[in-house]
Amino acid sequence: MLDTLTAALREVLPADAVITDPVRLRTYECDGLTYHRATPGVAVLPDTAEQVAAVVRLCNEFAVPFVARGSGTGLSGGALPREDGVLVVTSRMRRVLEVDLPNRRAVVEPGVTNLAITEAVRDQGYYYAPDPSSQQICSIGGNVAENSGGAHCLKYGFTVNHVEACEIVTPDGDLVTLDRMDPGYDLLGAFIGSEGTLGIATKITVRLSRAPESVTTVLAAFENIEQGGRAVSAIIGAGIVPAAIEMMDALAIEAAEAAVACDYPRGAGAVLIVELDGPSAEVELQFARLKEICAGAFELRVAAGQEERAAIWKGRKSAFAAVGRISPAYIVQDGVVPRTALPRVLAEIDRLSAEHRIRVANVFHAGDGNLHPLVLFDDAEPGAGERAETVSGAILDLCIEHGGSITGEHGVGVDKARYMPRMFTDDDLDTMQLVRCAFDPRGLSNPGKVFPTPRLCGEVPGVRKGAHPLVESGKAEQF
Amino acid sequence: MLSEDLTGVTVREAGPEDAVCGVTPRWVALPETVEEVSALMRACADRDLAVVPAGGGTKLHWGPPPERLDVLLDLCCMNEIVEHAAGDLVVRAQAGVTMDALAAALAGSGQELALDVPFTEGTTIGGTLAAAVAGPRAFRYGTARDLLIGITVVLPDGTVARSGGKVVKNVAGYDLGKLFTGSFGTLGVIAEATFRLHPLPADRRWIVAVIEPPQVSERGPCQVSELAAMLAAAQEEPSAVELDWPHGQGPIWMTVLVEGAAAEERARALAERMGEPVTGVRDEPPPQWGLIADDDLLAEVRFPPAALTEVLDAVHYSGFSLRGSAVTGRIWLELWGEEDEEKVSGAVDALRDRLEPCGARLVVHATPYESVQRWGRVGALPLMRRVKERFDPGRRMSPGRFVGGI
Repeated sequence: MLDTLTAALREVLPADAVITDPVRLRTYECDGLTYHRATPGVAVLPDTAEQVAAVVRLCNEFAVPFVARGSGTGLSGGALPREDGVLVVTSRMRRVLEVDLPNRRAVVEPGVTNLAITEAVRDQGYYYAPDPSSQQICSIGGNVAENSGGAHCLKYGFTVNHVEACEIVTPDGDLVTLDRMDPGYDLLGAFIGSEGTLGIATKITVRLSRAPESVTTVLAAFENIEQGGRAVSAIIGAGIVPAAIEMMDALAIEAAEAAVACDYPRGAGAVLIVELDGPSAEVELQFARLKEICAGAFELRVAAGQEERAAIWKGRKSAFAAVGRISPAYIVQDGVVPRTALPRVLAEIDRLSAEHRIRVANVFHAGDGNLHPLVLFDDAEPGAGERAETVSGAILDLCIEHGGSITGEHGVGVDKARYMPRMFTDDDLDTMQLVRCAFDPRGLSNPGKVFPTPRLCGEVPGVRKGAHPLVESGKAEQF
Repeated sequence: MLSEDLTGVTVREAGPEDAVCGVTPRWVALPETVEEVSALMRACADRDLAVVPAGGGTKLHWGPPPERLDVLLDLCCMNEIVEHAAGDLVVRAQAGVTMDALAAALAGSGQELALDVPFTEGTTIGGTLAAAVAGPRAFRYGTARDLLIGITVVLPDGTVARSGGKVVKNVAGYDLGKLFTGSFGTLGVIAEATFRLHPLPADRRWIVAVIEPPQVSERGPCQVSELAAMLAAAQEEPSAVELDWPHGQGPIWMTVLVEGAAAEERARALAERMGEPVTGVRDEPPPQWGLIADDDLLAEVRFPPAALTEVLDAVHYSGFSLRGSAVTGRIWLELWGEEDEEKVSGAVDALRDRLEPCGARLVVHATPYESVQRWGRVGALPLMRRVKERFDPGRRMSPGRFVGGI
């Protein structure tokens, strides 16, 4: 089947755009989540939206699944290929098609990197707001698929809040434009964050934001994480919405120190990075208030310029990779809890860590309760990987228990599909599946992601599906 | 009889006063809980009854009349604020809670849901979501879909489904909230919603300016557009720039809202840059700020912000009154007083003909006249029909009330 399809693909694509060489195919076997691997049956590198549409139509003709891939930086295996399918790589579609400052928007192809958009307009005093840590390499198409956030989404929101329109290839191969301006259902809102299961974005209109007049970046060092946590609550309680509030615990600081010598204050049990931005007059007043709130910090650094600002962020931005310096292997977790539950959840994570003899370094977007625990283990030690998996999974359970989410920004992908039934009822998932079936009745677009073993679109729902798992366990009430 | 197997759910016979766009239902149901909504929807499904959900009824006359209507689902009794987690800046409330009641409850904690509603009273959370109306401050805070973080809906077959949750940052699963926001009751019933909140601004100032009309129709960007472009990019970060232009003639009133710390200082700086049209900086909004005055005939125009000159030019002398945002590309057009049907219909067509080539869209939300074309160009309609077909295969939810006859 794939052979016939491959021959057909060669007819609609340039010769060098169809990859069947096993060695080259293996370069696409995983995304940023490296412990799930699959070599794609065939990979294509289309140049245009029409080519993407032609590929998808052929996949339909041969009933072969397809998976879209941008830069492959995703952390939940959303771009994990199918051995029996086609991998559609958008890396050749990286043109900035239009910069329209009077309308504060830019039109780009999906392979354009997140940072490239900002770079195209920075000199004019604009930027593209969502800033995932991988922004230097991650593609805007991938951002749309994952509804990516970043450190600054506390104030400015996520990809979905900054995309005005997408041209997409639907799972049956039609080119359709979803535009916020059009009357009708907000299909754009449903598409963004659907992790490639509702089609492939081929052209994206993003909103550009005006660079703020003033940015103040502060590093506050606390003796322990509780003090840091209290400062976060006090900042929010004071009616301040900073652009970002990030926190790192001692272990994460140690790792960052080892990796990039970020020179954070010695002996800190927790550091807090707070960034205020906006009109100068407003930032000044908020900064004065922030200093009062952080009176309990044993050291407070304020970045004097762009260089010092970058120095403060350096430790935080390198944290994921940095734990490689203090641990042979690690799992990057991504969960969310209501901000006020942070102290309790962190204490619980400590307990889990002690119980299973697995170290956990905590890095998190404290302002919105988005945890990124780094679960450290030695893959050479028998059983350590399993214990780390246990701790990592238990952390997600904690997030659900406290009314949070199993993912704040990395997506569900293949990695967390099995956790979806813990967060949602069968009815919730079946209802989401209605959207899937409307877009993709044949289930060809990135199958196996997000949802655990979805029903086929023709099937009739079962009679009664029992109580919500959280209701059953008394952890939540049905409303 | 509808209430046969619906123990405890209040159902009454409907009268002419319950009509939706002239179509009178047989019953009005008044559920108080999500379970009751679910039971009602199941009962309606068993009997193939058509349903229109209603909140405060402020926008119930918007949209075309339903093709058929048996049950008006009045959500007014679903009026409980379920949870306000002030420390998390999150609130969860039933759909029938009025925006006023919500604002009053949140103000006690110095917080607000940063959504402006265009009617002074009665507007509910559910109705605000279902109609996806946006107000002046959408420029700073986004619209309903941007502030909604979780939703509970009841499908036409009675299935209760949730998506999102009560944390702001959450990408698990599809976002049903986005799909239901602006769906005008055609996919199911919005039963509960969870929103992210903002701290109430420390201070607010309104800059009022009056711009004389001759400049509107000049070639090139008019003075209003130039001011709007300056304000949209201004580092003082105004929250709203509203226009008010009664009957599309005479002077245009522009009101700029500056919120937050140092509002006075920022407003003064902006006023100076705006120059001669400014008549004052006030600490109260002008009367009718962000409100719809009269919606017998109401249209909404959405446009790329830089097309403002073309929009104003098209509205000039059209007879429509214009009100809305100069910076988000979203304005209301109202028609006051008695007008001839043919004339109105022609005026709408003419406006649309001029606006669509500029990338704008014109939707007529409310009209007393059937011949007025409501929707204009709609992208992705086939996909929308497929979504409708999946959610409401029996076409029982507000049938015919939405784009393309959905």
